[in-house]
Amino acid sequence: MIRSRTTAYIALGLAAVVLGWTLYALPRRQSAPVMRAGTPPPATPTAASPGRKIKARLFYVNDEGVRLTGVERDVAYAESASDQAREIVAAQIAPVAQPLLSAVPHGTQLRALFITDKGEAFVDLSRDVVTAHPGGSANELLTVYTLVNALTANLPAITAVQVLVDGKEVDTLAGHVDLRRPLVKNLSWVE
Amino acid sequence: MNARSLPRFSGAAILALAAFIAALPSNLLSQTPQTPALTVLSKDGRRPLPLVIVSDQEFVALEDLAAAFQLAVHEEAFAALTVSYKGKTIVLTPDQTLASVSGRLISLPAPPTRSGRRWVVPVEFLSRALAPIYDSRLDLRKPSRLLIVGDLRVPRIAVRYDPLGTAGRLTIDATPRAATSVAQDAQRLVVKVDADALDLSSALPTPSDQSLIQSVRVVDTTTLAVELGPRFGAFRAASQPVDTTLRTIIDITAAQTTEQPAPPAAPPVTPAPELPSAFLPPTSPLRTIAIDPGHGGEDEGAKGGGGAKEKDLTLSVSRRVKATIEGRLGIRVILTRDDDRNVPIDDRTAIANNNKAELFISFHANGSMRPSTSGATIFSAVFDGAARAAAIAGGGERVPTFGGGLRDIELVRWDLAQTRHVDQSNAFAALIEQQFNGRIPLAKRPSDVAPLRVLESANMPAVLIEMGYLTNPAQEKLLVSDVFQNAVVQSVYDAVIRFRDALAAGGTR
Repeated sequence: MIRSRTTAYIALGLAAVVLGWTLYALPRRQSAPVMRAGTPPPATPTAASPGRKIKARLFYVNDEGVRLTGVERDVAYAESASDQAREIVAAQIAPVAQPLLSAVPHGTQLRALFITDKGEAFVDLSRDVVTAHPGGSANELLTVYTLVNALTANLPAITAVQVLVDGKEVDTLAGHVDLRRPLVKNLSWVE
Repeated sequence: MNARSLPRFSGAAILALAAFIAALPSNLLSQTPQTPALTVLSKDGRRPLPLVIVSDQEFVALEDLAAAFQLAVHEEAFAALTVSYKGKTIVLTPDQTLASVSGRLISLPAPPTRSGRRWVVPVEFLSRALAPIYDSRLDLRKPSRLLIVGDLRVPRIAVRYDPLGTAGRLTIDATPRAATSVAQDAQRLVVKVDADALDLSSALPTPSDQSLIQSVRVVDTTTLAVELGPRFGAFRAASQPVDTTLRTIIDITAAQTTEQPAPPAAPPVTPAPELPSAFLPPTSPLRTIAIDPGHGGEDEGAKGGGGAKEKDLTLSVSRRVKATIEGRLGIRVILTRDDDRNVPIDDRTAIANNNKAELFISFHANGSMRPSTSGATIFSAVFDGAARAAAIAGGGERVPTFGGGLRDIELVRWDLAQTRHVDQSNAFAALIEQQFNGRIPLAKRPSDVAPLRVLESANMPAVLIEMGYLTNPAQEKLLVSDVFQNAVVQSVYDAVIRFRDALAAGGTR
């Protein structure tokens, strides 16, 4: 009797520890990474399932150079929305071969990405997105809406996107498009 | 050659040499080849710190800094440079833009590099690396090549002159605020600024019509002089704070010609220039227009393959628009910049808002990754998502009035001021498109909306005109031509007249 009660206490204790860990650690694992200036390495998707793919609509500069064109591409599948968003952005900013032309400057790296409870995604890019940007409002609008639409069009959980540079909010990338607030999906920039 | 002719020849030669030397530009005599320098201003006075230009960037030699700021510079065996000051250390690594300042990482716009046998660092080293560990405050003013050491009061001074019909207005901005006094001394106005020195990074104006004022010049370290013209009659000066700036406005009026006895041989009165049919009526709803030449300074904007820069093109067109509208319509036109300098976006709209402009036009030239893209686009602002929600949340507030009772006031966030004017902005954009049509090559969608930063804080109808694509070789040639720029100016002028007339008739809402 005493033995079975002891076993019950141990089991209860273990259950409490597991529950405690679940409540404490799990939300931290799934919540957004803390943004700090100088957060070092580019974000590398970790929870992608090897081999499994999803179809995502990615965006590239159209032939006229003033709108985007949507292209369906295979992107690695990931379990959580934020990991999937990282995979999509990584695929979107990856170099592409002609005739596709990316509006995101070559060399831009994804440093981090997190999604708030309101469905706003914060995409932290390396400074190359500013320093390598060719300028002009047309280019800048296409750069911004490539990222905004790639996330909002493929992930219903994301309603708006704000671009950060080197972990910080920026006014604009090249002097035109307001990046101080998250931007909602806008398919008028897609042909 | 005989003995008498020799001294005569020598005398002539000396005279000729003296005349030649006198004719030389004074700067050739006073200073051997002009080298760029940073002026270091401190309580001890001012001294130059030589600049080294590498790939169009300004650098300073570490050994010059060591001498000027009592620094110890060591080149370490493992290819690092250490700069020490009173026990604090800056570690620099050649070919690395990151540096450690007392253990904290900072970044420089370029890595330390060698110039000859000397190590040079970008001038930003002074503000980003040295300032955090230095005893006195270091304030680097890169555009004016000034380094201020210690708590000196060195306001940035911007002077602008706007002719207003027969009168004129001189605007002197001192940032941060510095009290200014204005007094007349014979044929000049003496403007004294309560400061230790003045930062005059922008050019002083020289009016094209010099009958009221001839020029503005620097008298000494804290004094400017306005040289008055023959038609000067009186002046009135008033100062008011605008954000961190103290703005002094000097209104200058012409002398009353009726009080003068008729001059014996008066020159024939120049007939007034023929007024266009759209002459500004006294009750014009359009009194001030703000013109914003996009980009400037280090921010060159889009660039063409032939070397044209967006910042130059926008300034050229903006100046033409100002001259045309002021000259023909008498509407006051304010430029957000009148030289090659970078003005923060918020300052551009602040200039328009503070001057109570009734219209804001930002000029730009576009860039595309496709070289064939061409045509002009007129943008107005659009607010969606978070911006729309914030604007709606602004709402209003009921406040007590002085005589008792309550009054509803509308609260609009300054950064979303444009939300109240989008309809008029769209109407003005449509008018410009109408005027461009047939004169300027238009993009496939000539009027468009986008969340453009410079338009959002404008508290008046506002548009941004992308005149064409510098990345298109044929368009680049067109954009820099006088014919094209004049066509833009005429179209905008015509659109302004129609907009003004529509406002007067109660339309465009």
